[in-house]
Amino acid sequence: MLAIESVDKTYPNGTEALALANLRVKEGEIVAVVGGSGCGKSTLLRLAAGLDRTSRGRIRLDGETIAAPHAAVGLVFQEPRLLPWLTVAQNIGFGLSDLPREEREKRVFEVLEHVGLAGYAARWPRELSGGQAQRVAIGRALAPRPKVLLLDEPFSSLDAFTRASLQEHLLDLWEAFRPTLVLVTHDVEEAAFLADRVLVMRPRPGRFVAEIELGLARPRDRYGPAVEAAKRKILRALDLSLREGEELAPAAAI
Amino acid sequence: MAAIETDIAEEEARVVVAKKDFSPRRRGLRLVLGFVLPVALALGWEAAVRFGLVQGRLMPPPSRVLATLYQLAASGELLRHVTVTTARVAAGFALGVAAATLVGALAGASKLARDLVDPTLQGLRAVPSIAWIPLFILWFGIYEQSKIILIAVGSFFPVYLGMLGAILSVDRKTVEVGRIFRLSTPALVRRILLPAILPAYVVSLRAGLGMGWMFVVAAEFMGASEGLGYLLVDGQQLGKTEQILAAIFAFAVLGKITDGLLVAVAAPFLTWQDAFAPRD
Repeated sequence: MLAIESVDKTYPNGTEALALANLRVKEGEIVAVVGGSGCGKSTLLRLAAGLDRTSRGRIRLDGETIAAPHAAVGLVFQEPRLLPWLTVAQNIGFGLSDLPREEREKRVFEVLEHVGLAGYAARWPRELSGGQAQRVAIGRALAPRPKVLLLDEPFSSLDAFTRASLQEHLLDLWEAFRPTLVLVTHDVEEAAFLADRVLVMRPRPGRFVAEIELGLARPRDRYGPAVEAAKRKILRALDLSLREGEELAPAAAI
Repeated sequence: MAAIETDIAEEEARVVVAKKDFSPRRRGLRLVLGFVLPVALALGWEAAVRFGLVQGRLMPPPSRVLATLYQLAASGELLRHVTVTTARVAAGFALGVAAATLVGALAGASKLARDLVDPTLQGLRAVPSIAWIPLFILWFGIYEQSKIILIAVGSFFPVYLGMLGAILSVDRKTVEVGRIFRLSTPALVRRILLPAILPAYVVSLRAGLGMGWMFVVAAEFMGASEGLGYLLVDGQQLGKTEQILAAIFAFAVLGKITDGLLVAVAAPFLTWQDAFAPRD
């Protein structure tokens, strides 16, 4: 279980980026964090990934405080960030260098299959389309079998068609590996389609202002009434939080 | 899955287009195109001299230059001069590259080292390297040592600048990928930093090698009894213009060959690059 425990992040210049209440993410849960730009959602992910340190409070995974990048936490960046000098297969195996070669190759092959790029093992990143590159990036993050996968607006730079297909794809991968997913996004439809629970954030300082338990079964119909209703719910929460700035519902207490 | 299939089809179309650009016929054509201008100029000059339009004394026709080259080659003299000059460039270049790589890496890795050495080096870089010759002769004598050091100084600066610039411009985002996968510092250097700086480093090596060939001439001007630079001086003093041109031609060929070797050695490590495509 991933627990955010009254986390503050203040930058050296005094800017208070985050002032978060407590939050718990259950194992295997898909949580979407939505909010406008600058609301601190990416900062939150960087803290959870151990790339930055909290100023106060802590983030714990199964009781263990995350203070540095952790083997059980994977991160997918907004852009694929593939290493251009490694082939697709080598990129996917990048985090597996501790494994013996045979085991590593087996894992890489398995992930390649899962991300639908089995024929692309020997390709260079420059030969991939944007969607393919992001699939490789997700594969690279999943290859070491993290318990938690953090995704920072992973599909935001893709066209709508590719984005929809990658969302489906992410769900397939989630079915296969069952990691806890924390997905930061500004795409309300993405949140409504993917998440079990949606957290709405507001900036200055970044904080949770609403929590929406979607309670929808999967598979979901992207254009069906349930997802539409969820979208409206999220939009209303975002809109209210923008207009009135009042806290709708304090994020889940422990 | 339909999306993936479209992707694959699109991808295959791209690859086909890319392959076309690499076709041997196109490469052959480009090779031929590169020879058109020099060969035409040479033939034109040859004809102009033969038909008495110009005198060939100060600008000998290609046939005489080639004849001189042939004589020099047949007597074994050319090989001796080429070997001596190449050895000087090799030694000076190696020395300059080793120093530049080390200092550049230090300056790139540590802000303190950078603040300490970079201003001085930038100042020294502003000195035209030929200006060192009198000093180097006094310090190191007129034999090999001063020549090799001059060449080393010449190739030092491009490589130093390239190394430092490459390290400083490594993308923070790429380094973060290494951090997320918890690479140790040596692993980060080996798996992220080295491959990331390699392209810019190779470019700086090529620039440094070019400087090496430039400075070997200056070095051999300051008193040498062997080497292509000596052939130049000797040709000037005795009015043997064809010998001067023969030496210049040899420089052109050697410079191109060594640069090509450098590119060929680096190419297997850089096939991943978008821009690095000496073949296309």
